Amino acid sequence: MSSTLSSPLSPVVSLSNVHKSFGALKVLDGVSFDVGVGEVAAIIGQSGSGKSTALRCINALETIQQGTIQVCGHAIHDPALDRRALRRDVGIVFQSYNLFPHLTVEQNIMLAPTCVKALSKGEARDLAREVLSHVGLEAKADQYPEQLSGGQQQRVAIARSLAMRPKLMLFDEVTSALDPQLTGEVLKVMETLAREGMTMILVTHEMAFARKVASKVVYMHQGRVWETGTGAMLDDPQTPELRAFIGNGL
Amino acid sequence: MSYQFDFAALLPYWPEFAMGMWLTLQLSAVATVLGFVVGTLCAIGRADGPPAVKWAVAAYVEIIRNTPLLVQIFLVYFGIATLGVHVSANMAAVAALVVNVGAYTSEIVRAGLESVHKAQLEAADCLGLSRAQTYWHVILRPAVERVYPALTSQYVLLMLASSITSQISAEELTAVANRVQSDTFRSFETYIVVGLLYLLLSFVVRVAFWLFGMGVFARRRKLGTAL
Ligand SMILES: Nc1ncnc2c1ncn2[C@@H]1O[C@H](COP(=O)(O)OP(=O)(O)OP(=O)(O)O)[C@@H](O)[C@H]1O
Ligand SMILES: [Mg+2]
Repeated sequence: MSSTLSSPLSPVVSLSNVHKSFGALKVLDGVSFDVGVGEVAAIIGQSGSGKSTALRCINALETIQQGTIQVCGHAIHDPALDRRALRRDVGIVFQSYNLFPHLTVEQNIMLAPTCVKALSKGEARDLAREVLSHVGLEAKADQYPEQLSGGQQQRVAIARSLAMRPKLMLFDEVTSALDPQLTGEVLKVMETLAREGMTMILVTHEMAFARKVASKVVYMHQGRVWETGTGAMLDDPQTPELRAFIGNGL
Repeated sequence: MSYQFDFAALLPYWPEFAMGMWLTLQLSAVATVLGFVVGTLCAIGRADGPPAVKWAVAAYVEIIRNTPLLVQIFLVYFGIATLGVHVSANMAAVAALVVNVGAYTSEIVRAGLESVHKAQLEAADCLGLSRAQTYWHVILRPAVERVYPALTSQYVLLMLASSITSQISAEELTAVANRVQSDTFRSFETYIVVGLLYLLLSFVVRVAFWLFGMGVFARRRKLGTAL
């Protein structure tokens, strides 16, 4: 499946005029963008511009005050949203990995398939081996998270999400806690996923990665989508804010 | 000081001491298991329940922590009798101990629950786990592992405190001691022996908890580090 820039018929994710405040603090101020099937969208922007909040809204971890969000056919803004059904379609990976410390790598991965999809232990174990080999960590199945490097833990977290066979993957600054070498191994896994056609939205500070892998770049500033385009937009910013941001970021 | 110790006078009573120890262990074991269940449910109710449940648990905990165990035992014993239900002294003793240790357990487990990072719950939620599945697989085991030493101390204390159920004539170790010393008039020797037997029981309980912990907390067994 190839990444496409043309607007697909029904986007996997569609935000329309989304407003979100924490008390008096307006964090999202009319955000709209679409992500089509197989697309890789990179959200970039200064700290505090609302990137994580946008991602969390997409996954129904925050409630919005205004606007609509459609994700894989689920109306996130609808109070009657079936969260469990949404969870089957969307995986998310956080900056802090959030592996379960008392479970082995394999048990971390097997938990959701057995609990949510009622897979047998055997099926789940096979699945765990499969997704672990996908991220290059078959050998670590019986280790505990604390025995792994940060980069390895993050790859396990990605594998844990993949085991649920999501249609959409969200990544929130998944390499920010890692040194450059470990960052590289995690980005490689994400690049593979992108090449295989996974629809992905990633919040990132890795401009080179965004330019290379993303089919769509969304630059957020002060809670708004300030500029959006392809990776090439980073070489030719239209707004002074993006120009300044790239100037600082590189 | 010319007190003549005479432990030999107690020898004929060894089967009674043994029975008393056995009953003390049984009372404590049942009260520990039920008290853990009650206390854990209360802790979850207080952390995550509707306001009425939170208030009820808070009131229960405060009442138990601020009244003497002996009074609680009498209240349960005579309370059950007033309801017209006939139960043995041993059953009433277990009920009273459960009510008591359940309150202390809920406070300890609550600290454990609070030690589990919110991000863990979010990760479980995002994987699609239900609330109950999250509690069972993600929250409870690390929570209990972190407060396991405190729980162990609490249940050793429970075993020692069970001696007070002799007051409603539950036939545990202290009740046996009371009877033996009035038969033999060897009070000092009797309580020296009983003290040593309680020491032995404490040791047994601690070893049992250690073994159980090693069985349940696989990560700790393998890595030997605190969670
Ligand atoms: N739960 C919350 N309660 C109150 N304020 C919040 C909450 N979450 C985020 N904020 C605020 O919303 C604003 C946007 O936060 P957000 O995390 O979306 O920014 P971000 O673009 O992801 O920044 P960063 O690059 O630092 O991660 C910030 O000012 C932040 O302090
Ligand atoms: Mg953020």
